[in-house]
Amino acid sequence: MSAKKQLSVSAIRNGTVIDHIPATSLFNVISILNLEDIDSQITFGTNLESKKFGKKAIIKVSEVFFSDKDINKIALVAPQAKLSIIRDYEVMEKHSITIPDSISGIVKCVNPQCITNHENVPTRFAVVSKHPVKLKCHYCEKITDEKHLVML
Amino acid sequence: MSSLQNKSLVSINDYTPEELIQILDIAESFEKKMPAGLLEDKVISTLFYEPSTRTRLSFESAVNRLGGHIVGFSEAANSSVTKGETLKDTVLTVSNYSDLIVIRHPVEGSARYASEIAPVPVVNAGDGANQHPTQTLLDLYSIRKTQGTLDGLNIFMVGDLKYGRTVHSLLIALSEFNTTFNFISPEELRVPEGYKLILEKKGLKYYEHTDFTEIISRADIVYMTRVQRERFSDPLEYEKVKNIYILRKSMLENTKENMRILHPLPRVNEIDTSVDSSPKAYYFQQALNGVYVRQAIIASILGLV
Repeated sequence: MSAKKQLSVSAIRNGTVIDHIPATSLFNVISILNLEDIDSQITFGTNLESKKFGKKAIIKVSEVFFSDKDINKIALVAPQAKLSIIRDYEVMEKHSITIPDSISGIVKCVNPQCITNHENVPTRFAVVSKHPVKLKCHYCEKITDEKHLVML
Repeated sequence: MSSLQNKSLVSINDYTPEELIQILDIAESFEKKMPAGLLEDKVISTLFYEPSTRTRLSFESAVNRLGGHIVGFSEAANSSVTKGETLKDTVLTVSNYSDLIVIRHPVEGSARYASEIAPVPVVNAGDGANQHPTQTLLDLYSIRKTQGTLDGLNIFMVGDLKYGRTVHSLLIALSEFNTTFNFISPEELRVPEGYKLILEKKGLKYYEHTDFTEIISRADIVYMTRVQRERFSDPLEYEKVKNIYILRKSMLENTKENMRILHPLPRVNEIDTSVDSSPKAYYFQQALNGVYVRQAIIASILGLV
């Protein structure tokens, strides 16, 4: 690391770092990963400078290692996020995010006439296109596209 | 055991082409000789959260003619829904009283949800603008019965092709049978791009027109639907086109001998009543076919055929 570079968010000994989150998606990511319910130490920074995004966010979670299934849930809000597994201050593994083939309970169905918007039914979608994202509702069969993504 | 036993029918996509044919074959055998008493010890519940004369009566007639019993309601006002009961609670309760549930509900996806929570199989009799698979099956039955085949036909679909749910489901089902499609509609009510993409992927031919007077002679089936005023953003546009999509007797002159006119009903004015006396008018027999098809669906799901 060059002498000029400085960590904006302090390093963790063991755990997970999620970097390259668009600053506007930080709170969505926190919510999707249920970070509110985690007892261990969590630090995050937002509105950090990023060449790619202009402003990015970063989350560091101590002593927690997410499964691929869990981490892929954030693909819809932070598709370019990068995941690093840290052990004893060293990056042991790096993962990219991939959009899963199905999405459950994260996104709202765009169709106001859908049962998921009328009764307490968790949403379920098949991912029919990944770039751009198009989700087909398991219930009403309507397509929710990127422009209309609303997180629950 | 039939692959259809205990399998809910929610969307036309739930059935493979082979299963669609299986239902049509059973319906055909029922039309030839109805197995009276087949449903003798069965109770079917019909949960109609919105009024639907034809579909409900057709289902009830189908069950009654096979000796089965019906419980249910014909509009939400006559049920515990008015007391605030959720769909889930109604479906779970009614499952205790019947062997199969037939449901019509204005909310889209409600039938899929009901099929996931009910311990008994569910048949969708229409969920809002989404699916109405028994209508599609009776359309297929009517086409096969009048043409002797489902393969390689020239199907004309006329009217509101943008919002018409019967048109979309029939298009999907027919796309398995090497169909040529002619879509006739006002510019504003054309078939959505997604459906055309499906046809292109399957290598099927389709043509789009705004008038059908000149080309109707090529049709094997003319499937009429209503063009509604409220679908137009500009009322003037509706006034301009409203008479183009009305089928009149004079238009039948040079049509094929085997051509038949179908309509999901109710009709308003899109088929002139002068057409009714033509041997090519098939819409009322089409409604009768719904009884055989619904019997075939119920009997298959209950494992009785």
